[in-house]
Amino acid sequence: MADQSAPLLSMQGINKQFLGVPALRQAHFEVTRGEVHALIGQNGAGKSTLIKVLTGVYAKDSGRIEFDGREVAFPSPHAAQLAGLSTIYQEVNLVPFRSMAENVFLNREPKRFGFIDWGRMNREAAAILQRLDIDVDVTRPMYDYSIATQQMTALARALSTEAKLVIMDEPTSALAEQEVQTLFRVIRQLKSEGISVVFVSHRLDELYAVSDRVTVMRDGRTVEECPMSEISRFELVSRMLGRELAAELSHRRGDEDGALADRQPVLEAVDLHRGRALDGVSLSIRPGEIVGLAGLLGSGRSETARAIFGADPHDSGTITVEGTPLHLKSPRDAVEHKIGFASEDRKTDGIIPQLSVRENLTLALLPHLRRHGIVDRKRQAEIVDRFIKAIGIKCSSPDQPIRELSGGNQQKVILARWLCINPKLLILDEPTRGIDVGAKRDIQVLVRQLADEGLAVLLISSELEEIIADANRVVTLRDGRSVAELTGDQITEDALMHAMATGSAADDAGTDAGSPGSTA
Amino acid sequence: MTPEAVGPLVAEPATGTATPVPRGARRVQWTVWAQRYGALATLVVLFVYNAIATPFFLTPQSLLFVLLRQAAPIAIVAVGMAIVIGTAGIDLSVGSVMAIAGQVGATLVLHDQPFLLAIVAALLVSAVCGLFNGTLVARFGVQPIIATLILFIAGRGIAQLITGGKLQTLADPDFQWIGLARPFGVPAQVIVAVVVAVVAWLIMRFTVFGRYVLAVGGNETASRLAGVPAARVKLLAYVTSGVLAGLVGLIAVSANSASDANNVGVGMELDAIAAVAVAGTPLTGGKVTVWGAVVGAVMLKLLQNTLIAHGITKEVAQMVEGAVIIAALWLQRHEA
Repeated sequence: MADQSAPLLSMQGINKQFLGVPALRQAHFEVTRGEVHALIGQNGAGKSTLIKVLTGVYAKDSGRIEFDGREVAFPSPHAAQLAGLSTIYQEVNLVPFRSMAENVFLNREPKRFGFIDWGRMNREAAAILQRLDIDVDVTRPMYDYSIATQQMTALARALSTEAKLVIMDEPTSALAEQEVQTLFRVIRQLKSEGISVVFVSHRLDELYAVSDRVTVMRDGRTVEECPMSEISRFELVSRMLGRELAAELSHRRGDEDGALADRQPVLEAVDLHRGRALDGVSLSIRPGEIVGLAGLLGSGRSETARAIFGADPHDSGTITVEGTPLHLKSPRDAVEHKIGFASEDRKTDGIIPQLSVRENLTLALLPHLRRHGIVDRKRQAEIVDRFIKAIGIKCSSPDQPIRELSGGNQQKVILARWLCINPKLLILDEPTRGIDVGAKRDIQVLVRQLADEGLAVLLISSELEEIIADANRVVTLRDGRSVAELTGDQITEDALMHAMATGSAADDAGTDAGSPGSTA
Repeated sequence: MTPEAVGPLVAEPATGTATPVPRGARRVQWTVWAQRYGALATLVVLFVYNAIATPFFLTPQSLLFVLLRQAAPIAIVAVGMAIVIGTAGIDLSVGSVMAIAGQVGATLVLHDQPFLLAIVAALLVSAVCGLFNGTLVARFGVQPIIATLILFIAGRGIAQLITGGKLQTLADPDFQWIGLARPFGVPAQVIVAVVVAVVAWLIMRFTVFGRYVLAVGGNETASRLAGVPAARVKLLAYVTSGVLAGLVGLIAVSANSASDANNVGVGMELDAIAAVAVAGTPLTGGKVTVWGAVVGAVMLKLLQNTLIAHGITKEVAQMVEGAVIIAALWLQRHEA
């Protein structure tokens, strides 16, 4: 009945707003039968929203979706599943204490006389997994199995519903290397059976390894759609980041006289390893220097920051603070060595929502405000007042709960929390994400000023302009490894994108975008 | 440590006006008020009603020796409970810890040890109980309700083992001061409760530990990343709760002139949690109102006494208590 040559899925002119903020603007997306289609874009580009509109989690505002030859508007994910559209989420949604077979047939258990037909369920589940070349005991509880096997179970569930299209949202983020290979084998198996796969991932190598075509999204729009073989890594990254037009930027790299290079690094990390997240990161930060940490999502930027700060343990590698090798066991150790860390997720890792601006601002300083265990409230008030004025934190009073402040002002409080301990090194993970333009500028100016006064700053940002404008030096990470280092005038958009995409600072074609980066 | 070094930073000080957040209208404000003062208001209403309707209510005998004397033990335990709840935890073991402390104290007194040693030993044992709870929660990440359930169950067994389950009667005037004395005509346990509440309030308000409790309960991840020793803070909270429960165990034994491992502190954990909850303290942590816990304890006791004084059976009185707690939780629902 359905025309076999027509695309399996076609989404055209999709619009979706949340509280007046557009998440999708005239987005389009097309998947043909039996292809593996990569869907990529930065955080907030609209990938997830697009998938959720497709699978009935959200209702679209306007646009047209055709699936398997019919116009559809699924009222719920369940309806989408019944129509042959299965989604496997990042966080595998399985029931850990039930058996593998039960998970495969969840909500669709084969029954006999109203009772679950266990024999048939186990046999059919085993058969489906066999089809995926996976030989396991389907009667054992789910939690017994690795994440990879759990994902295979989710896939088996998709197959048992006769799925025509399987959407995988970052399926490899939790997998070990050989598990990724198993997953790819299964994906190719699906493809050979005529099932289409949409593959969302941030790891370029994986996309190239398994995908036939790619759709790139940015700011809620579809900006590129082409066969994977026809687009280079560099083009892919520049489409994703939207940097075709090279913006001229004022360069204020302060190391013309080489003064910075002579200083002893505040912190030096050598060859940090942690699981699959960090695979050899080396970097050093000197006083008065802003070191940018660049890389695509999942390249290990935040993991590097957390390892340096002692928030996560690392398996191997050394961290040296001012010439002394240290083993920082907890953030508390790092704070004692005057290292501050404003993490990426302000809400979960930064603010204490119901506490006041004053309490939040002085949280890291409290041990030093203590006199016989009692908080010196006078000094606390002085410091809070000074920082509120100096950084321009807008609040009705220091007693206002921080949750009532705007994102930008919350971020300023977090910055002040670290500045008031008089840090030597400040690690800023996406310091300007999700805050308004004015506050963003304030923060950038402030950070520059602090660096000029001698503070060492490690700056993580997904925004290239921010890194280019602010950093004296940029270390680029790729797949958990530091792959290139750019200094001064080498820091250009082209050079950065090359480094992020290919792992080398040099242009593929050999144009002089920057000298080949050292891996330090 | 001097934070002076950041002095010269000047990033165009913004004209410091307030960020207005007029979110939610009158309705929300009403619930905020009710949350904060609901228990106190109920207490006042009950008080006024009893003053009019209950004979002899406004006598020192009735107020000090019935109402406050009965409420004092609950209030003391509730203060410790409030601190634990502030760290987003809960302590179900308080009743059993009371029994253990009472048994330890009574046994030592009966073996002719000095009463002071008996009290100190009992409190030390209670601290160890708190340490056990705290270690499970803070070091091993056991859910507080499960971690403290262990002592809730096992603790009573331990208490019985101390004397082989026998009821111990004792009459030692020094030891029984805490339960029976009335300096200045006020029952000693009421004085103890007031002292505990004042000290706890001062600690919560003015010490680093107090601030840390709120930070850990409000957002543990963020606190840890700001260098707060979250594990130590939680440990200390459970130790505090354990010691206060032990203190109340001693009061109970000394007031009864007997130590009964089967009955001392039975149901205390629920009374204490209820006292904290009716005072509008969210069980999700991040907030501690010491006086709220005290007011909650007195209010629930007065409610109970009022109902019973008017011929309402204990069973029905318990149902009314339940309804009051539901009302308090309903009010909390609005804080999100």
